[in-house]
Amino acid sequence: MKRALDLVLLIAAGLIAWEAMHLAAPFALTSPAESVAKAWAMVLSPAFWPHAAETAKAFAYALLLAVGGGLALGLSLGLNRTSAEVAEPIMISAYSLPKVTLYPVILLIFGLGLPAKIAFGTIHGIIPVAIFAMNAVRNVAPVHFKTARVLRLTRWQTLATVVVPGALPEIVSGLRIGFSVTLLGVLIGEMFASQRGVGYVLMAAIGVHDVPTIMATIVLLGIVAVSASAFLLWLDHRLHHRAA
Amino acid sequence: MSRVGLLRLLVVGGFVVALEVLCRTGVISKLVLLAPSDMAVHLVRVLMSRKADADILESLTDVVLAVVLSVIGGFTIGAMIHSFPRLRRAIDPFLASYYALPFFAFYPLFIVLFGLGRGAIVAIGVLFGIVAMIISTLTAFDRIPRVLVRTASVYRMGPVEAALRVKLPSAIPFLFTGFKLAIAYAFIGVIAAEFIMATSGLGYSISYAFNNFDNGTMYGLMLFVIVLVTVVNAVFHAMERRLLRRWGR
Amino acid sequence: MTAALRTEAVAAPGDGGSAVHARMRGVTRVYGDAATGVRALAEIDLDLRRGEFYSVIGPSGCGKSTLLDVLAGLSRPTTGTIEFEGRALTGVPDGIGVVFQEDASFAWLTVADNIAFGLRRAGVEPAEVARRLDYALRLMGLVDFAKSYPAQLSGGMRQRVCIARTLVMQPRMILLDEPFGALDAQTRLIMGDELLKVWRETGATVLLITHALDEAAMLSDRIGIMSARPGRIIEEVVTHWPRERDSRIAAEHSFGDITTRLWSVLREESLKSVRLGGGA
Repeated sequence: MKRALDLVLLIAAGLIAWEAMHLAAPFALTSPAESVAKAWAMVLSPAFWPHAAETAKAFAYALLLAVGGGLALGLSLGLNRTSAEVAEPIMISAYSLPKVTLYPVILLIFGLGLPAKIAFGTIHGIIPVAIFAMNAVRNVAPVHFKTARVLRLTRWQTLATVVVPGALPEIVSGLRIGFSVTLLGVLIGEMFASQRGVGYVLMAAIGVHDVPTIMATIVLLGIVAVSASAFLLWLDHRLHHRAA
Repeated sequence: MSRVGLLRLLVVGGFVVALEVLCRTGVISKLVLLAPSDMAVHLVRVLMSRKADADILESLTDVVLAVVLSVIGGFTIGAMIHSFPRLRRAIDPFLASYYALPFFAFYPLFIVLFGLGRGAIVAIGVLFGIVAMIISTLTAFDRIPRVLVRTASVYRMGPVEAALRVKLPSAIPFLFTGFKLAIAYAFIGVIAAEFIMATSGLGYSISYAFNNFDNGTMYGLMLFVIVLVTVVNAVFHAMERRLLRRWGR
Repeated sequence: MTAALRTEAVAAPGDGGSAVHARMRGVTRVYGDAATGVRALAEIDLDLRRGEFYSVIGPSGCGKSTLLDVLAGLSRPTTGTIEFEGRALTGVPDGIGVVFQEDASFAWLTVADNIAFGLRRAGVEPAEVARRLDYALRLMGLVDFAKSYPAQLSGGMRQRVCIARTLVMQPRMILLDEPFGALDAQTRLIMGDELLKVWRETGATVLLITHALDEAAMLSDRIGIMSARPGRIIEEVVTHWPRERDSRIAAEHSFGDITTRLWSVLREESLKSVRLGGGA
C-alpha cells in the first residue's frame, strides 16, 4: 500500500513541476491538462490512426528482426568462450556508435519508406539484445554444462532445457532495453525518412513550432513506452525471483 | 598483444577487407557505399582542407561539456536518491523506461530556454547521458559490501566521512561503468541532435553532405566519427581493466 | 618489540577485584515489533574478564552475530544493559576492534595503507605509525606484501590484513565474528595460532564467535554455549589452558573431554535449530 502511495506522490510531484515549467515558459511548454486534452483529441481524430498504424507496423517488424537476430547472434557467440571474449568489446563499441551517422547509408541502400524505418529500428535494437544474450549465456555456470554432458543431452536439448531457462532473466533485461531502443530508432527514422508515422507527425509539429501537438505526441508515446516497460519490468522481476 | 586481441583485430580487419573487395568489384555500388580505402582518402582530404575543423571542434567541446554535466549531475542525483530508499523504489520504473521516451522532442523547449544553438545541443547531450549515470550510481552504491559500511561504523565515522572515505572509493569501479556510458550516450545525443535539427557541428556536416550528394565528404566524416568512438572506447576500456585488475571487485 | 602494542591496564571505576572488562545483563534483541518480530537474543548474561580469550559457539541462526553487534555497540539492545570498562554503551566505544567474517579490507589501498588507515586517521605521528605498521606486518607475516593490493592476495592473507588493521589501533577488546569461516580447514588452524599470538602480544580481551567446536576448544580460556534461537548462554566450559598455547594443545587428554562436552550440549540445540528451520 505504501508503495502505491509513493508512486502517486511521485507522479503528483512530476505534474506539479511540469505545471510550474509551463507557467514559467508558456510558449515552450503546454500545461499537463492541455497536453492530455490535446492527446485525447488526437486519439479521437481519424487522421491520427494511419500514422500510428504505420509506426506500429514498422516497429513490429523491426522488433522481430532485432530480437530474433540479437538472440541468434548473442546465444551463438556466448556458447563459445573465445568468441564471446573476442566479440564483447566490438559489440560494445558498435553500441556506442551514434547510429544516426549510419542513416545516410541506410537511406542509400533502402531508399525512403518502410524498409528504411525497419532498418533503423533493427540496427538500434539488435546490439543490446545480442550483448545481454551473450552475457546471459556466459553467466550460465559451467557446472550446468557439465551436468548436461553427463546426462548426454544433445546440443539442442542442452540449449532448450539448460541454457535458455538459466539465461532467461538476463535475456529479458536485454529485451527490455531492446524494445525501448528499437522504438526510438523507428521514431527517429520516421522523422526524416518518411511522410507517415508518429515520428513524422512529431517532426512536422517541431517544424511549425506547434507546441500542443509536440507535447501531446510525447504524452502518447510516453504512455505506450512506460506501460510496455512496466510490463517487461514486471516480467523481469518475476523471472529473477524465480531464478534467485 | 594477447591472443584474443589478435583475433579481434583479425575479425575487424577481415570485415574491412571484405567490404573493400565487395566495393571494388562493384557488388556494392559506388552510389551506395564507398570502399573503405576511398573513405579514408576522403577523410584525410577533409581534415587537410580544414573546412570541417570548426564543426569538429564545436561538436567535441559540446560532447565534453555534456559529459561533465552528466557525470557530476548524475552522480549527485543518484547519491541523493540512494539515501531515500522509498524515493528510490518509486522512481526505479521511470528510470528503467527513460530511454524509451523520445526526449529529444524537448529540443524546441531547450531552444526557448537556451536560444538557438549549442546550449540546446549540450542540453540534449546531458539528457541522454545523465540518466545512465544516475542508474550506474544507484547500482554502484548498492554494490558497496555491507561489511565495509559496518567497518566504517566500527571506526565511528559520521555519515559524510563514511561516504567520502569508504563508500565512494568502494564504488569507483562501478561508477566507472556509468562514466563510460555517459560518454557514449552524450556523444550519441549531441551528434544525433546536430544531425536532425542543427545548423553546425559534426552531425550537421554529415547531414549537409548527404543532402548535397557529396558522398565523399559524408563518408569521410562518418569514418571520422567511427574511428573517434572506437579509439575513445578502447582507451576507457583499457583504463577500466587496469582499475579492475588492481582493485579486484 | 612486544611493548609496542601492549595495552595499558586501565583501572575502570567500580570493577575492583573481579577485573570484569565487559558485562551484559538481561540483554535481548528483537527485530521488528515486540509481538511479531524476530527474537534474535533471549536474556543474555555474560561477564568478560580482562585479558581472557572467550569463545561463543552455538547452532546456526542462534544469534551469535547479533550478540557481537550488540556488544560492539553496532546495534542497540531491545532490553538489558551493556557495560564496557564500567561505562554503559552508547554506540561504538573507544578501545574496541572488530574483525568480520567477510573481507573488510579496502580494495583501493595497499596492504600497508590499509593497516595504517586507522592510525593516520587518528592523527598519530608518522614515526609511531611506521613503528606500529612495521610490527604488525612482521607479526602477521605480511612484510613481503606491504605494497600489494588486497585483490592480489588470498582470502587468508586478506583476513590477516584485517586483523593487522585492527591490532595496530591497540584495542583493549577484540571481537571476531567467525573470522576464519571463509577459509579452508588447514588455513584456519594456522590463523588460529596467529590469533593466539596476537592475543598474547597485545594482552587484549578477545571474544571469538565461531561454529567450529575444535577451534573454540583449542583457542579459548572459556567457551560459552548458546541455545537455539532465541539465543541464551546455557553453559560455560572452562578449559584451564596455559597462556602459552597453540593448536597442538589438541593432543592434550582434556581436549577430547572438552569437545565431547561441547558437542553433547550443542547437539541438542543444533537439532532444535534444524527443526525450527533455522540457520543462516
